[in-house]
Amino acid sequence: MVEYRIDRGSGVPAYVQIVEQTERALRMGMLKVGDKLPTAKEVVAATAINPNTVLRAYRDLEQAGLVELRRGLGTFITRSLARPGAEDDSPLRAELADWTARARAAGLERADILALVSAALDAHDDDRRGHNPGDRVQQHDPGDRKHEEEDA
Amino acid sequence: MTVPDALRATGLGFRYRAKGGWILRDCEFAVPTGCITALVGRNGAGKSTLLQLAGGLLRAGAGELRVLDAVPGTPEARARVALLTQDKPLYPRFTVADTLTMGEKLNTTWDRTGAERTVREGGIAPSARVGELSPGQRTRVALALALGKRPELLLLDEPMADLDPVARGEIMATLMAEAAERGTTIVLSSHVLPELEQTCDWVLLLRDGRIELSEEAGELRDSHALLTGHRDQAGNLAEPHTVVRRRDSGRQTTALIRQHGPLRGDWHVERPRLEDVLVGYLQAGETQRTAGAGRTEAAA
Repeated sequence: MVEYRIDRGSGVPAYVQIVEQTERALRMGMLKVGDKLPTAKEVVAATAINPNTVLRAYRDLEQAGLVELRRGLGTFITRSLARPGAEDDSPLRAELADWTARARAAGLERADILALVSAALDAHDDDRRGHNPGDRVQQHDPGDRKHEEEDA
Repeated sequence: MTVPDALRATGLGFRYRAKGGWILRDCEFAVPTGCITALVGRNGAGKSTLLQLAGGLLRAGAGELRVLDAVPGTPEARARVALLTQDKPLYPRFTVADTLTMGEKLNTTWDRTGAERTVREGGIAPSARVGELSPGQRTRVALALALGKRPELLLLDEPMADLDPVARGEIMATLMAEAAERGTTIVLSSHVLPELEQTCDWVLLLRDGRIELSEEAGELRDSHALLTGHRDQAGNLAEPHTVVRRRDSGRQTTALIRQHGPLRGDWHVERPRLEDVLVGYLQAGETQRTAGAGRTEAAA
């Protein structure tokens, strides 16, 4: 089960935050196919947001083909976004945790670390794409989801 | 078949005395069922009066107000509508359990389990006396009383006033859970604008006794823009857009507009939060000199 956290000051609509947090949980393997999402009542009792907001987020997730609304039963995950390598116990993740610890020990701040990772990713992708940064796939483009499914 | 509106006003007006000033005037609006509505306005704008009219405590002086298609105060309306007024009328010497028993005796339908659960979720002992409870706990007991009758329409007059942020969040969560579970329509008046952003999907804004806005919260936010730019081009704004509020200082103009079509000119555009739009409308019509003071109060 996931627990949603709504950032009220971010200016990002609450339903978008729920969609993004669900996708992140799917990507990281914290949610798997067959898992049930919390009911609208459970979400609003924990976050004090409007229940229609939760239902809207779940409808968006359904349209993206990630969940199924089963009448009277709840909302269930029908598709995973997890890739091999992204789970909690994967070697890639362990290496990254190890590397992060070394970066921290070397005195790097969170922003430094994120910048390093972004730079390494950019350099890698640019190499592969023949130095065409305009090609870079945007993270939050909804049209991107299909692409990820094919990759998975 | 159409679902009746939760609230529908036609030419609604109210004054306390036949020759007194109008508290509400020419109000014309409809609030759909299934929404959580924020009733917003400065002090004295007529919010409490409107809620008391809807709850049947006052009678319209002109025009008409209908609640779920019924006339407020009639047995039909009373069975389906609950009003929690600002003073939260409770008997201080009653215990919490007594208070709930009173609710059971006074109402034709009564959900004892639900009412007890609402009280229990606040960690309130049934044997505690109402007079000894904290403000947050008293609000919760009053809310349990209002929710116990299973209203289709719940009217709340500043339910969060005088509560600390934790208690506010808890009460709001209880309200939202009720709406999620039973589809209860909620209308609540509030000065705490930031809290309305994620909770309300309809906005009713009163200014000087008149309805200024009655519309879906998301559309309201999306149709407005906050502009900053050179004062020379401010004249271009009025057509085709609606300037809600404009402030000039030196060569700079900042404006909240309701946007119709593309913008002309060189403006820095920001998407407003719901709060920005509401404050803009609350301040509109005031002189620039008093606007600063209005902002502090509306945000408080």
